[in-house]
Amino acid sequence: MSDDEKAVKIPAQAEGPTEGATLTKDAAPGEVLLKVTGLQKHFPIKKGLLQRQVGAVHAVDGIDFEVRSGETLGVVGESGCGKSTMGRLITRLLEPTAGKVEFQGKDITHLGVGGMRPLRRDVQMIFQDPYSSLNPRHTIGTIVGAPFKLQGVEPEGGIKKEVQRLLSVVGLNPEHYNRYPHEFSGGQRQRIGIARALALNPRLVVADEPVSALDVSIQAQVVNLLDDLQQELGLTYVIIAHDLSVVRHVSDRIAVMYLGKIVELADRDLLYKSPMHPYTKALMSAVPIPDPRRKNAKSERILLKGDVPSPISPPSGCRFHTRCWKATEVCKTTEPPLIELRPGQQVACHHPENFADQAPQDTVLLTAAKEAAELVADEVLAESAETSAAVAAEVAAEAAATPTEAAEPTEAAEPSEAAEPTEATEVAPEASEDDTPAKEK
Amino acid sequence: MTELSKSGAAVGEPTPASPAPTAFLEVRDLKVHFPTDDGLVKSVDGLSFQLEKGKTLGIVGESGSGKSVTSLGIMGLHTAGQYGKRKAQISGEIWLDGTELLSADPDHVRKLRGREMAMIFQDPLSALHPYYTIGQQIVEAYRIHHDVDKKTAKRRAVEMLDRVGIPQPDKRVDSYPHEFSGGMRQRAMIAMSLVNNPELLIADEPTTALDVTVQAQILDLIRDLQKEFGSAVIVITHDLGVVAELADDILVMYGGRCVERGPADKVFYEPRHPYTWGLLGSMPRLDREQQERLIPVKGSPPSLINIPSGCAFNPRCPYADLPKDNVTRTVRPELAEVGSRHWAACHLGTEQRERIWTEEIAPKL
Repeated sequence: MSDDEKAVKIPAQAEGPTEGATLTKDAAPGEVLLKVTGLQKHFPIKKGLLQRQVGAVHAVDGIDFEVRSGETLGVVGESGCGKSTMGRLITRLLEPTAGKVEFQGKDITHLGVGGMRPLRRDVQMIFQDPYSSLNPRHTIGTIVGAPFKLQGVEPEGGIKKEVQRLLSVVGLNPEHYNRYPHEFSGGQRQRIGIARALALNPRLVVADEPVSALDVSIQAQVVNLLDDLQQELGLTYVIIAHDLSVVRHVSDRIAVMYLGKIVELADRDLLYKSPMHPYTKALMSAVPIPDPRRKNAKSERILLKGDVPSPISPPSGCRFHTRCWKATEVCKTTEPPLIELRPGQQVACHHPENFADQAPQDTVLLTAAKEAAELVADEVLAESAETSAAVAAEVAAEAAATPTEAAEPTEAAEPSEAAEPTEATEVAPEASEDDTPAKEK
Repeated sequence: MTELSKSGAAVGEPTPASPAPTAFLEVRDLKVHFPTDDGLVKSVDGLSFQLEKGKTLGIVGESGSGKSVTSLGIMGLHTAGQYGKRKAQISGEIWLDGTELLSADPDHVRKLRGREMAMIFQDPLSALHPYYTIGQQIVEAYRIHHDVDKKTAKRRAVEMLDRVGIPQPDKRVDSYPHEFSGGMRQRAMIAMSLVNNPELLIADEPTTALDVTVQAQILDLIRDLQKEFGSAVIVITHDLGVVAELADDILVMYGGRCVERGPADKVFYEPRHPYTWGLLGSMPRLDREQQERLIPVKGSPPSLINIPSGCAFNPRCPYADLPKDNVTRTVRPELAEVGSRHWAACHLGTEQRERIWTEEIAPKL
């Protein structure tokens, strides 16, 4: 490990200029930059005089994913689902309870402050609130120049020149170098935060709700800026947000989180065209569509019953079973593993939408599911049953006779590959990359 | 209930300065200015609109455009609160069901508040009192306007909690706000505002603090309750999706003034103000194919102390140079009719705007 550390540290400090320093290990686009396995974070709840631990908030409870170089991974979920905690874990602002975080093939899970320092150059964060994330007593020059001083990097032409270049990169006037944060508007402040994150030319930028504190018109400016910077500098983003339309706009792949778990992880277009997890489907149907002509198309909306359960004692089995309209006995007892049902689409569900049922033998709905189903329009249920049946038939047809061009051309290729994982899950959850390693620890 | 509220309105009817309007709610040339050390903040600067019973008006705009100040003005909450030693300066007329509110006796307005008009606030945690149970707070709101004993009032509170979809209302009525989740608190607040069957309900960013799935529940609830009670609703929000869901009419505010007003359909499909175009272009949409790029509005919202001369939007407007004689920077445009019940305040010619919208803007959205 110490060897690895040196490998990062030495060239950086020897060469000085940031560009040379941080781009030494040029990863080809598509290479895995960040790999997370079985990541957990439990916050203890302490009570009483002796401060005994009486429980834990399972903020992040065993998640696995990869971020490839040059892509944008969007993370969505409701408040309390653990998405921000996840962001702080991968930037190592929080210490994971269990699991493993690898950055560029190097295990950074338990590195200390000193051990992380050289890596801070490559992993940067943009925060949600542009008002509280900038020190009001420092000038913009000091704030954006701080990373250079902390890392002991002397950019070519001096810090001031470099800071001014960064300010112009993010669309601010370089002459504002000596101004204080209060002299800027919310959108401009967010640009300052972005300039600071870019100062050391990072590989990975984790942005936690980068635009949710901004007005609509300003939001679009910042989204476009993030887009441009990614193209110019080849950045990799993890963007955490609750707004599904923003996430769709910026992401290549999207992870949907619910109560500390990833329930679906898929390519953007697959996820939005044919979501498989019922929660994803409900979440997307809940977004108000800015189109008054669809005001009365209420039938498309899936209303979820009640609130998100407490992460202190999450429901057994599938965590969504208490609110799902498709939940059966197996959902209550067995936790569904996150498996790739279709190329580029990983889902953790026993009864996915838009795909063959993973536990067809289990058909009796739970009472909670029946109540939940009352909130879902019949059209939606019928349509979902139809698509599931159609996909199931396709899978069966594919299994019986190899390549028949009967089905729709786009769908034809996908189910054939997906047929294998289907069988695997029914036998045993051995393919479960999801939670087994985490639980062993 | 309806007879009670009508008699309430009749009691303090002042002699009207100008002919009473026919609409249920009519706001005429409302101005709300706040004197501060830095200068006069013109939060609302000449706003007029009407609203009929059973209809919903959506007010959209960015932060600082004067949306919330308008709603507090209608509720008469500005004169009640003092800002340091200086009061807000309010002028104009607000007619509610034949009564002019700004010139009316404050005691009379207090009787109407909560009774004829009620409000749902953005953040239910800070709008509810942490020290009293949900039930006590609803009972208080009911008993101020109805001469009933506590038992009856509590029964009414339970009934309302049940109506807004709180499970086990007879038990939850004795809970404190912190024991409720965000969505439930918002439901409780809706119950409280509706306990007196108000005829005007103002919802100021009712779902901004909530998650999308909860937001969907609350929007549904507001829509159902409006059908049931037939009240007039004003929804204030920055989310065009929310207004599209709820509103019959839309009013777009910018820099304390209305820049466009019309039926929801018109404002979304034939908008006639560059700012409205900007709002529509800034928004990533789930119901369309992926846009390559968003089209943001350049610059940032104006300072309300120093509102740009001429059209307040001119520094950010890509078409500001099209009208002749620099008129956008010198003359403030007035609202002009651009279609049936559809107004916009812009110096560009109507045909010119129609052409820009259909040829340049609409295809990119």
